[in-house]
Amino acid sequence: MIPVNFDYESPSTLAEALKLLASREDAKVLAGGHSLLPAMKLRLAQPALLVDIGRIAGLSYIRESNDQILVGAMTTHADIASSKLLQRSSPLLSQAATQIGDTQVRNRGTIGGSLAQAHPGADYPAAVLALDAQIIAAGPSGERVIAATAFFVGMFTTALRPDEIITEVRVPKTENESVVYKKHHHPASGYAVVGVAVRLKVSGGKIESAALGLSGVSQNAYRATAVEKALRGKPVAAIREAAAHAAENIEALGDYYASAEYRKHLATVMTRRALEQAASGAAK
Amino acid sequence: MKNVTITINGAEQQAQVEPRLLLVHYLREVAGLTGTHIGCETSLCGACTVLMDGRAVKSCTVLAVQADGHKIGTVEGLANGGQLHAIQEGFWEEHGLQCGFCTPGMLMCSHDLLAQHPSPTDSEIREAINGNLCRCTGYEHIVNAVKSAARKMTKRVSARAA
Ligand SMILES: Cc1cc2nc3c(=O)[nH]c(=O)nc-3n(C[C@H](O)[C@H](O)[C@H](O)COP(=O)(O)OP(=O)(O)OC[C@H]3O[C@@H](n4cnc5c(N)ncnc54)[C@H](O)[C@@H]3O)c2cc1C
Ligand code: FES
Ligand code: FES
Repeated sequence: MIPVNFDYESPSTLAEALKLLASREDAKVLAGGHSLLPAMKLRLAQPALLVDIGRIAGLSYIRESNDQILVGAMTTHADIASSKLLQRSSPLLSQAATQIGDTQVRNRGTIGGSLAQAHPGADYPAAVLALDAQIIAAGPSGERVIAATAFFVGMFTTALRPDEIITEVRVPKTENESVVYKKHHHPASGYAVVGVAVRLKVSGGKIESAALGLSGVSQNAYRATAVEKALRGKPVAAIREAAAHAAENIEALGDYYASAEYRKHLATVMTRRALEQAASGAAK
Repeated sequence: MKNVTITINGAEQQAQVEPRLLLVHYLREVAGLTGTHIGCETSLCGACTVLMDGRAVKSCTVLAVQADGHKIGTVEGLANGGQLHAIQEGFWEEHGLQCGFCTPGMLMCSHDLLAQHPSPTDSEIREAINGNLCRCTGYEHIVNAVKSAARKMTKRVSARAA
Protein backbone atom coordinates (compact mmCIF):
# COMPACT_ATOMS: atom_id res chain seq x y z
CA MET A 1 0.00 0.00 0.00
CA ILE A 2 2.12 2.82 -1.27
CA PRO A 3 0.79 6.19 -2.37
CA VAL A 4 1.54 7.62 -5.79
CA ASN A 5 4.60 9.86 -5.64
CA PHE A 6 4.07 13.46 -4.66
CA ASP A 7 6.03 16.55 -3.77
CA TYR A 8 6.26 17.46 -0.12
CA GLU A 9 6.79 20.81 1.57
CA SER A 10 6.76 21.54 5.26
CA PRO A 11 6.62 25.32 5.63
CA SER A 12 7.24 26.93 9.00
CA THR A 13 4.75 29.78 8.60
CA LEU A 14 1.09 29.98 7.70
CA ALA A 15 1.82 32.59 5.02
CA GLU A 16 4.23 30.21 3.27
CA ALA A 17 1.74 27.37 3.55
CA LEU A 18 -1.01 29.48 1.93
CA LYS A 19 1.33 30.46 -0.87
CA LEU A 20 2.30 26.84 -1.52
CA LEU A 21 -1.33 25.74 -1.44
CA ALA A 22 -2.26 28.34 -4.03
CA SER A 23 0.75 27.50 -6.20
CA ARG A 24 -0.64 24.24 -7.58
CA GLU A 25 -4.17 23.20 -8.35
CA ASP A 26 -3.70 19.70 -6.97
CA ALA A 27 -1.96 20.73 -3.76
CA LYS A 28 -3.41 19.49 -0.48
CA VAL A 29 -2.91 20.29 3.17
CA LEU A 30 -1.48 17.48 5.32
CA ALA A 31 -2.36 17.69 9.01
CA GLY A 32 -2.41 14.47 11.09
CA GLY A 33 -2.73 12.41 7.91
CA HIS A 34 -5.23 9.99 9.42
CA SER A 35 -7.82 10.51 6.72
CA LEU A 36 -5.59 11.70 3.89
CA LEU A 37 -2.83 9.06 4.03
CA PRO A 38 -5.26 6.10 4.09
CA ALA A 39 -7.04 7.64 1.07
CA MET A 40 -3.70 8.17 -0.71
CA LYS A 41 -2.63 4.58 -0.02
CA LEU A 42 -5.84 3.39 -1.64
CA ARG A 43 -5.12 5.92 -4.40
CA LEU A 44 -8.52 7.47 -3.84
CA ALA A 45 -6.57 10.71 -3.41
CA GLN A 46 -3.54 11.55 -5.54
CA PRO A 47 -2.42 15.07 -4.66
CA ALA A 48 0.70 16.23 -6.51
CA LEU A 49 1.88 18.37 -3.60
CA LEU A 50 1.39 17.89 0.12
CA VAL A 51 1.72 21.00 2.24
CA ASP A 52 2.46 19.66 5.72
CA ILE A 53 1.18 22.19 8.25
CA GLY A 54 2.57 20.15 11.15
CA ARG A 55 5.70 22.27 11.40
CA ILE A 56 3.99 25.64 11.65
CA ALA A 57 4.47 26.85 15.20
CA GLY A 58 1.44 28.00 17.15
CA LEU A 59 -1.37 25.98 15.55
CA SER A 60 -1.80 23.60 18.47
CA TYR A 61 -3.32 25.15 21.61
CA ILE A 62 -6.41 25.29 23.78
CA ARG A 63 -6.96 28.60 25.51
CA GLU A 64 -9.59 30.85 27.02
CA SER A 65 -10.72 34.14 25.58
CA ASN A 66 -13.62 35.85 27.37
CA ASP A 67 -16.63 33.57 26.97
CA GLN A 68 -15.02 31.31 24.37
CA ILE A 69 -12.44 28.54 24.24
CA LEU A 70 -10.09 28.74 21.26
CA VAL A 71 -8.73 25.51 19.84
CA GLY A 72 -5.87 25.56 17.32
CA ALA A 73 -6.51 23.57 14.13
CA MET A 74 -3.52 21.26 14.70
CA THR A 75 -4.62 20.29 18.22
CA THR A 76 -4.86 16.51 18.38
CA HIS A 77 -7.91 14.56 19.44
CA ALA A 78 -5.85 13.28 22.40
CA ASP A 79 -5.10 16.82 23.61
CA ILE A 80 -8.76 17.82 23.23
CA ALA A 81 -9.90 14.70 25.08
CA SER A 82 -7.58 15.34 28.02
CA SER A 83 -7.82 19.15 28.22
CA LYS A 84 -8.75 20.23 31.74
CA LEU A 85 -9.86 23.61 30.40
CA LEU A 86 -12.31 22.05 27.94
CA GLN A 87 -13.48 19.46 30.45
CA ARG A 88 -14.30 22.27 32.86
CA SER A 89 -15.65 24.96 30.55
CA SER A 90 -16.84 23.30 27.34
CA PRO A 91 -16.78 19.52 27.78
CA LEU A 92 -18.76 18.55 24.66
CA LEU A 93 -15.68 18.73 22.44
CA SER A 94 -13.68 16.57 24.87
CA GLN A 95 -16.49 14.04 25.07
CA ALA A 96 -16.53 13.73 21.28
CA ALA A 97 -12.72 13.51 21.05
CA THR A 98 -12.56 10.68 23.61
CA GLN A 99 -14.79 8.58 21.36
CA ILE A 100 -12.81 9.01 18.14
CA GLY A 101 -11.08 5.93 16.73
CA ASP A 102 -8.40 4.56 19.06
CA THR A 103 -5.37 5.75 21.05
CA GLN A 104 -3.09 5.95 18.02
CA VAL A 105 -5.64 7.79 15.86
CA ARG A 106 -6.26 10.29 18.67
CA ASN A 107 -2.52 10.87 19.05
CA ARG A 108 -2.15 11.97 15.41
CA GLY A 109 -5.53 13.18 14.14
CA THR A 110 -6.38 16.88 14.46
CA ILE A 111 -9.59 18.84 14.84
CA GLY A 112 -8.85 20.96 11.76
CA GLY A 113 -8.29 17.83 9.68
CA SER A 114 -11.43 16.17 10.92
CA LEU A 115 -13.60 19.20 10.16
CA ALA A 116 -12.04 19.69 6.71
CA GLN A 117 -12.49 16.00 5.93
CA ALA A 118 -16.21 16.13 6.87
CA HIS A 119 -16.61 12.35 6.97
CA PRO A 120 -20.34 11.68 7.41
CA GLY A 121 -19.63 9.52 10.49
CA ALA A 122 -17.06 11.83 12.11
CA ASP A 123 -17.65 12.92 15.70
CA TYR A 124 -16.66 16.60 15.92
CA PRO A 125 -19.16 17.82 13.32
CA ALA A 126 -22.11 16.97 15.59
CA ALA A 127 -20.41 18.70 18.51
CA VAL A 128 -19.41 21.91 16.70
CA LEU A 129 -22.94 22.20 15.29
CA ALA A 130 -24.56 21.87 18.72
CA LEU A 131 -22.07 24.41 20.08
CA ASP A 132 -22.65 26.95 17.30
CA ALA A 133 -18.88 26.95 16.95
CA GLN A 134 -16.95 29.30 14.70
CA ILE A 135 -14.40 27.92 12.27
CA ILE A 136 -11.62 30.31 11.34
CA ALA A 137 -10.20 29.91 7.84
CA ALA A 138 -7.15 31.72 6.49
CA GLY A 139 -6.89 32.29 2.75
CA PRO A 140 -4.93 34.35 0.25
CA SER A 141 -7.09 37.38 0.96
CA GLY A 142 -7.11 37.10 4.74
CA GLU A 143 -9.12 35.43 7.42
CA ARG A 144 -12.83 34.67 7.60
CA VAL A 145 -15.14 33.20 10.20
CA ILE A 146 -17.40 30.38 9.07
CA ALA A 147 -20.31 29.41 11.31
CA ALA A 148 -20.35 25.66 11.96
CA THR A 149 -23.99 25.69 10.85
CA ALA A 150 -22.85 26.87 7.40
CA PHE A 151 -19.76 24.66 7.20
CA PHE A 152 -20.93 21.14 6.34
CA VAL A 153 -22.52 21.10 2.92
CA GLY A 154 -22.33 17.46 1.80
CA MET A 155 -20.45 14.20 2.06
CA PHE A 156 -16.74 15.09 2.44
CA THR A 157 -17.74 18.59 1.37
CA THR A 158 -17.47 21.81 3.32
CA ALA A 159 -17.70 25.56 2.81
CA LEU A 160 -13.88 25.70 2.83
CA ARG A 161 -12.22 26.82 -0.41
CA PRO A 162 -9.33 24.75 -1.79
CA ASP A 163 -6.85 27.55 -1.04
CA GLU A 164 -7.96 28.02 2.57
CA ILE A 165 -6.51 26.57 5.77
CA ILE A 166 -8.47 26.19 8.99
CA THR A 167 -6.48 27.82 11.76
CA GLU A 168 -8.81 27.76 14.75
CA VAL A 169 -12.10 26.54 16.13
CA ARG A 170 -13.95 28.70 18.66
CA VAL A 171 -16.47 27.17 21.00
CA PRO A 172 -18.54 28.87 23.68
CA LYS A 173 -18.17 28.09 27.36
CA THR A 174 -21.11 25.97 28.43
CA GLU A 175 -20.69 26.07 32.19
CA ASN A 176 -24.37 26.77 32.83
CA GLU A 177 -25.60 24.14 30.41
CA SER A 178 -25.63 20.39 30.29
CA VAL A 179 -23.82 18.78 27.35
CA VAL A 180 -23.72 15.17 26.20
CA TYR A 181 -22.18 13.37 23.21
CA LYS A 182 -23.56 9.91 22.61
CA LYS A 183 -22.29 7.62 19.89
CA HIS A 184 -23.23 4.31 18.38
CA HIS A 185 -19.89 3.04 17.02
CA HIS A 186 -19.70 1.16 13.76
CA PRO A 187 -18.30 -2.19 14.94
CA ALA A 188 -15.59 -2.29 12.26
CA SER A 189 -14.63 1.28 11.41
CA GLY A 190 -15.31 2.88 14.79
CA TYR A 191 -16.97 5.88 13.12
CA ALA A 192 -20.43 6.96 14.25
CA VAL A 193 -23.38 5.08 12.79
CA VAL A 194 -25.21 7.76 14.72
CA GLY A 195 -23.61 10.39 16.93
CA VAL A 196 -25.73 12.86 18.89
CA ALA A 197 -24.39 16.02 20.50
CA VAL A 198 -26.75 17.78 22.89
CA ARG A 199 -26.52 21.11 24.63
CA LEU A 200 -29.36 21.76 27.03
CA LYS A 201 -30.30 24.55 29.42
CA VAL A 202 -32.93 23.69 31.98
CA SER A 203 -34.32 26.02 34.61
CA GLY A 204 -37.14 25.34 37.04
CA GLY A 205 -37.95 22.04 35.32
CA LYS A 206 -38.41 23.82 31.97
CA ILE A 207 -36.13 23.58 28.95
CA GLU A 208 -34.87 27.07 28.28
CA SER A 209 -32.82 26.18 25.22
CA ALA A 210 -31.70 23.11 23.33
CA ALA A 211 -29.22 22.60 20.51
CA LEU A 212 -28.58 19.25 18.85
CA GLY A 213 -26.09 18.13 16.21
CA LEU A 214 -26.32 14.71 14.56
CA SER A 215 -23.54 12.82 12.76
CA GLY A 216 -23.64 9.57 10.86
CA VAL A 217 -27.28 9.67 9.81
CA SER A 218 -26.91 11.59 6.61
CA GLN A 219 -24.43 12.82 3.97
CA ASN A 220 -23.33 15.50 6.39
CA ALA A 221 -23.91 16.36 10.02
CA TYR A 222 -26.95 18.54 10.68
CA ARG A 223 -28.78 20.48 13.39
CA ALA A 224 -31.98 18.76 14.53
CA THR A 225 -34.00 21.98 14.48
CA ALA A 226 -37.37 20.21 14.71
CA VAL A 227 -36.30 18.61 17.99
CA GLU A 228 -34.99 21.93 19.30
CA LYS A 229 -38.29 23.63 18.51
CA ALA A 230 -40.29 20.86 20.16
CA LEU A 231 -38.25 21.28 23.36
CA ARG A 232 -38.03 25.03 23.81
CA GLY A 233 -40.06 26.22 26.80
CA LYS A 234 -41.39 22.72 27.51
CA PRO A 235 -41.02 20.59 30.62
CA VAL A 236 -38.36 17.88 30.59
CA ALA A 237 -41.11 15.32 30.04
CA ALA A 238 -41.42 16.58 26.45
CA ILE A 239 -38.14 14.85 25.53
CA ARG A 240 -39.64 11.54 24.43
CA GLU A 241 -41.94 13.11 21.88
CA ALA A 242 -39.45 15.71 20.72
CA ALA A 243 -36.77 13.08 20.04
CA ALA A 244 -39.02 11.43 17.48
CA HIS A 245 -38.27 14.37 15.15
CA ALA A 246 -34.50 13.67 15.14
CA ALA A 247 -34.30 12.54 11.50
CA GLU A 248 -37.38 14.29 10.17
CA ASN A 249 -37.06 15.25 6.50
CA ILE A 250 -33.53 13.83 6.46
CA GLU A 251 -32.38 11.62 3.64
CA ALA A 252 -30.55 8.92 5.57
CA LEU A 253 -27.54 6.88 4.43
CA GLY A 254 -27.92 3.13 4.18
CA ASP A 255 -25.31 0.40 3.92
CA TYR A 256 -24.93 -3.31 4.65
CA TYR A 257 -24.52 -2.59 8.36
CA ALA A 258 -27.31 -0.09 8.89
CA SER A 259 -30.15 0.56 6.45
CA ALA A 260 -31.51 4.07 6.07
CA GLU A 261 -34.62 3.09 8.00
CA TYR A 262 -32.56 1.62 10.84
CA ARG A 263 -30.34 4.71 10.98
CA LYS A 264 -33.34 7.02 11.23
CA HIS A 265 -34.81 4.93 14.02
CA LEU A 266 -31.47 4.77 15.80
CA ALA A 267 -31.23 8.55 15.51
CA THR A 268 -34.49 9.00 17.45
CA VAL A 269 -33.47 6.50 20.15
CA MET A 270 -29.98 7.96 20.58
CA THR A 271 -31.39 11.48 20.63
CA ARG A 272 -33.84 10.57 23.39
CA ARG A 273 -31.08 8.93 25.45
CA ALA A 274 -28.71 11.85 24.98
CA LEU A 275 -31.42 14.34 25.95
CA GLU A 276 -32.46 12.33 29.00
CA GLN A 277 -28.86 12.11 30.14
CA ALA A 278 -28.37 15.84 29.62
CA ALA A 279 -31.60 16.63 31.48
CA SER A 280 -30.65 14.47 34.45
CA GLY A 281 -27.23 16.16 34.52
CA ALA A 282 -28.90 19.57 34.41
CA ALA A 283 -31.28 18.75 37.26
CA LYS A 284 -28.40 18.20 39.67
CA MET B 1 14.08 13.00 -2.32
CA LYS B 2 14.13 14.61 1.10
CA ASN B 3 16.72 14.53 3.84
CA VAL B 4 15.45 13.31 7.19
CA THR B 5 17.09 13.07 10.59
CA ILE B 6 15.22 10.74 12.89
CA THR B 7 16.26 9.63 16.36
CA ILE B 8 15.45 5.96 16.71
CA ASN B 9 15.78 4.41 20.17
CA GLY B 10 18.12 7.23 21.14
CA ALA B 11 20.41 7.08 18.09
CA GLU B 12 20.19 9.83 15.49
CA GLN B 13 20.07 8.60 11.88
CA GLN B 14 20.10 10.49 8.62
CA ALA B 15 18.73 9.30 5.30
CA GLN B 16 17.39 10.43 1.96
CA VAL B 17 13.84 9.29 1.40
CA GLU B 18 10.99 9.62 -1.06
CA PRO B 19 8.20 11.70 0.51
CA ARG B 20 5.81 8.79 0.06
CA LEU B 21 7.92 6.40 2.14
CA LEU B 22 5.91 5.27 5.17
CA LEU B 23 7.60 5.37 8.56
CA VAL B 24 7.08 1.62 8.98
CA HIS B 25 8.96 0.95 5.74
CA TYR B 26 11.65 3.37 6.82
CA LEU B 27 12.10 1.52 10.10
CA ARG B 28 12.15 -1.94 8.55
CA GLU B 29 13.95 -1.33 5.27
CA VAL B 30 16.15 1.71 5.79
CA ALA B 31 16.94 1.41 9.52
CA GLY B 32 16.88 -2.40 9.41
CA LEU B 33 14.64 -2.69 12.47
CA THR B 34 12.18 -5.44 11.65
CA GLY B 35 10.69 -5.72 15.14
CA THR B 36 7.93 -3.35 14.07
CA HIS B 37 5.43 -5.45 12.12
CA ILE B 38 3.20 -4.69 9.18
CA GLY B 39 -0.24 -6.21 9.51
CA CYS B 40 -2.98 -4.47 7.57
CA GLU B 41 -1.24 -1.38 6.20
CA THR B 42 -4.65 0.27 6.43
CA SER B 43 -4.40 1.92 9.87
CA LEU B 44 -6.62 -0.68 11.52
CA CYS B 45 -4.60 -3.42 13.25
CA GLY B 46 -1.98 -1.59 15.32
CA ALA B 47 0.80 -4.12 14.58
CA CYS B 48 2.98 -1.25 13.33
CA THR B 49 2.61 0.84 16.50
CA VAL B 50 5.73 2.73 17.58
CA LEU B 51 6.31 5.69 19.88
CA MET B 52 6.65 9.12 18.34
CA ASP B 53 7.88 11.56 20.99
CA GLY B 54 6.57 9.08 23.54
CA ARG B 55 3.07 8.68 22.12
CA ALA B 56 1.78 5.57 20.35
CA VAL B 57 1.26 6.02 16.61
CA LYS B 58 0.58 3.66 13.72
CA SER B 59 3.78 3.87 11.69
CA CYS B 60 1.95 2.75 8.53
CA THR B 61 -0.01 6.01 8.74
CA VAL B 62 2.90 8.39 9.25
CA LEU B 63 5.27 9.43 6.48
CA ALA B 64 8.98 9.17 7.22
CA VAL B 65 9.24 12.87 6.30
CA GLN B 66 6.69 13.67 9.02
CA ALA B 67 9.00 11.97 11.54
CA ASP B 68 11.92 14.20 10.54
CA GLY B 69 13.36 15.74 13.70
CA HIS B 70 11.27 13.53 15.97
CA LYS B 71 12.10 10.72 18.40
CA ILE B 72 10.88 7.26 17.50
CA GLY B 73 10.80 4.35 19.92
CA THR B 74 10.49 0.77 18.67
CA VAL B 75 10.36 -2.61 20.37
CA GLU B 76 14.12 -2.97 19.84
CA GLY B 77 14.66 -0.09 22.22
CA LEU B 78 12.67 -1.50 25.14
CA ALA B 79 15.17 -3.90 26.70
CA ASN B 80 18.20 -2.47 28.45
CA GLY B 81 21.08 -4.73 27.42
CA GLY B 82 20.02 -8.19 28.55
CA GLN B 83 17.40 -6.83 30.95
CA LEU B 84 13.87 -6.97 29.55
CA HIS B 85 11.61 -3.96 30.07
CA ALA B 86 8.91 -4.47 32.73
CA ILE B 87 6.27 -4.51 29.98
CA GLN B 88 8.13 -7.31 28.16
CA GLU B 89 8.48 -9.23 31.43
CA GLY B 90 4.77 -8.83 32.03
CA PHE B 91 3.92 -10.28 28.60
CA TRP B 92 6.39 -13.13 29.18
CA GLU B 93 5.15 -14.05 32.63
CA GLU B 94 1.44 -13.62 31.99
CA HIS B 95 1.45 -15.35 28.58
CA GLY B 96 0.49 -12.12 26.83
CA LEU B 97 1.33 -13.61 23.44
CA GLN B 98 0.90 -16.71 21.35
CA CYS B 99 2.11 -16.20 17.76
CA GLY B 100 3.64 -12.86 18.73
CA PHE B 101 2.66 -10.97 15.62
CA CYS B 102 0.70 -8.29 17.44
CA THR B 103 3.13 -8.14 20.37
CA PRO B 104 5.51 -5.31 19.39
CA GLY B 105 2.52 -3.06 18.73
CA MET B 106 0.86 -4.12 21.98
CA LEU B 107 4.06 -3.40 23.92
CA MET B 108 4.49 0.07 22.44
CA CYS B 109 0.85 0.99 22.92
CA SER B 110 1.01 -0.21 26.55
CA HIS B 111 4.15 1.89 27.00
CA ASP B 112 2.19 5.03 26.05
CA LEU B 113 -0.64 4.04 28.41
CA LEU B 114 1.61 3.33 31.41
CA ALA B 115 3.55 6.55 30.93
CA GLN B 116 0.30 8.45 31.38
CA HIS B 117 -1.60 6.15 33.74
CA PRO B 118 0.79 4.20 35.98
CA SER B 119 -2.03 2.10 37.49
CA PRO B 120 -4.72 1.64 34.86
CA THR B 121 -7.94 -0.28 35.48
CA ASP B 122 -8.89 -3.25 33.30
CA SER B 123 -11.27 -1.14 31.29
CA GLU B 124 -8.68 1.61 30.83
CA ILE B 125 -6.26 -1.00 29.47
CA ARG B 126 -8.87 -2.41 27.10
CA GLU B 127 -9.78 1.08 25.92
CA ALA B 128 -6.10 1.97 25.39
CA ILE B 129 -5.33 -1.10 23.23
CA ASN B 130 -8.60 -0.84 21.31
CA GLY B 131 -6.63 -0.08 18.14
CA ASN B 132 -4.42 -3.18 18.45
CA LEU B 133 -5.88 -6.40 17.15
CA CYS B 134 -4.81 -9.81 18.42
CA ARG B 135 -6.02 -12.90 16.64
CA CYS B 136 -4.67 -15.40 19.21
CA THR B 137 -4.97 -14.55 22.87
CA GLY B 138 -8.51 -13.29 23.30
CA TYR B 139 -6.93 -10.26 25.04
CA GLU B 140 -7.42 -11.60 28.58
CA HIS B 141 -3.73 -12.45 29.07
CA ILE B 142 -2.69 -9.19 27.43
CA VAL B 143 -4.70 -7.22 29.97
CA ASN B 144 -3.11 -9.28 32.76
CA ALA B 145 0.33 -8.66 31.26
CA VAL B 146 -0.17 -4.89 31.21
CA LYS B 147 -1.45 -4.94 34.80
CA SER B 148 1.56 -6.98 35.88
CA ALA B 149 3.86 -4.52 34.10
CA ALA B 150 2.13 -1.62 35.84
CA ARG B 151 2.75 -3.22 39.26
CA LYS B 152 6.41 -3.88 38.45
CA MET B 153 6.96 -0.35 37.18
CA THR B 154 5.35 1.29 40.22
CA LYS B 155 7.38 -0.95 42.52
CA ARG B 156 10.61 -0.05 40.72
CA VAL B 157 9.79 3.65 40.89
CA SER B 158 9.08 3.48 44.62
CA ALA B 159 12.20 1.34 45.21
CA ARG B 160 14.25 3.96 43.40
CA ALA B 161 12.65 6.74 45.43
CA ALA B 162 13.40 4.95 48.74
C1 LIG C 1 -8.53 3.71 12.06
C2 LIG C 1 -9.18 5.04 12.07
C3 LIG C 1 -10.34 5.24 12.81
C4 LIG C 1 -10.97 6.48 12.82
N1 LIG C 1 -12.10 6.64 13.57
C5 LIG C 1 -12.70 7.85 13.62
C6 LIG C 1 -13.86 8.06 14.42
O1 LIG C 1 -14.34 7.15 15.10
N2 LIG C 1 -14.41 9.30 14.44
C7 LIG C 1 -13.89 10.33 13.72
O2 LIG C 1 -14.44 11.43 13.78
N3 LIG C 1 -12.79 10.17 12.96
C8 LIG C 1 -12.19 8.96 12.89
N4 LIG C 1 -11.06 8.81 12.12
C9 LIG C 1 -10.53 9.95 11.36
C10 LIG C 1 -9.54 10.76 12.17
O3 LIG C 1 -10.24 11.47 13.19
C11 LIG C 1 -8.74 11.76 11.33
O4 LIG C 1 -7.69 12.17 12.13
C12 LIG C 1 -9.46 13.00 10.86
O5 LIG C 1 -10.59 12.67 10.13
C13 LIG C 1 -8.57 13.82 9.95
O6 LIG C 1 -7.68 14.60 10.68
P1 LIG C 1 -6.16 14.65 10.29
O7 LIG C 1 -5.54 15.69 11.11
O8 LIG C 1 -5.61 13.29 10.38
O9 LIG C 1 -6.27 15.20 8.80
P2 LIG C 1 -5.58 14.76 7.37
O10 LIG C 1 -5.79 13.33 7.17
O11 LIG C 1 -4.18 15.26 7.41
O12 LIG C 1 -6.43 15.65 6.43
C14 LIG C 1 -7.77 15.33 6.12
C15 LIG C 1 -8.30 16.32 5.08
O13 LIG C 1 -8.44 17.61 5.61
C16 LIG C 1 -7.59 18.55 4.95
N5 LIG C 1 -7.04 19.38 6.02
C17 LIG C 1 -6.40 18.92 7.14
N6 LIG C 1 -6.16 19.94 7.98
C18 LIG C 1 -6.65 21.05 7.39
C19 LIG C 1 -6.71 22.42 7.79
N7 LIG C 1 -6.22 22.85 8.97
N8 LIG C 1 -7.27 23.31 6.94
C20 LIG C 1 -7.79 22.88 5.76
N9 LIG C 1 -7.77 21.61 5.34
C21 LIG C 1 -7.21 20.70 6.16
C22 LIG C 1 -6.58 17.73 4.20
O14 LIG C 1 -6.14 18.38 3.04
C23 LIG C 1 -7.38 16.48 3.87
O15 LIG C 1 -8.19 16.69 2.75
C24 LIG C 1 -10.41 7.57 12.08
C25 LIG C 1 -9.24 7.38 11.34
C26 LIG C 1 -8.62 6.14 11.32
C27 LIG C 1 -7.36 5.96 10.53
S1 FES D 1 -0.07 -2.17 9.76
FE1 FES D 1 -0.39 -0.20 10.57
S2 FES D 1 -2.29 -0.38 11.55
FE2 FES D 1 -2.07 -2.34 10.61
S1 FES E 1 -0.42 -13.23 19.72
FE1 FES E 1 -0.97 -13.79 17.72
S2 FES E 1 -1.96 -12.00 17.02
FE2 FES E 1 -1.66 -11.57 19.08
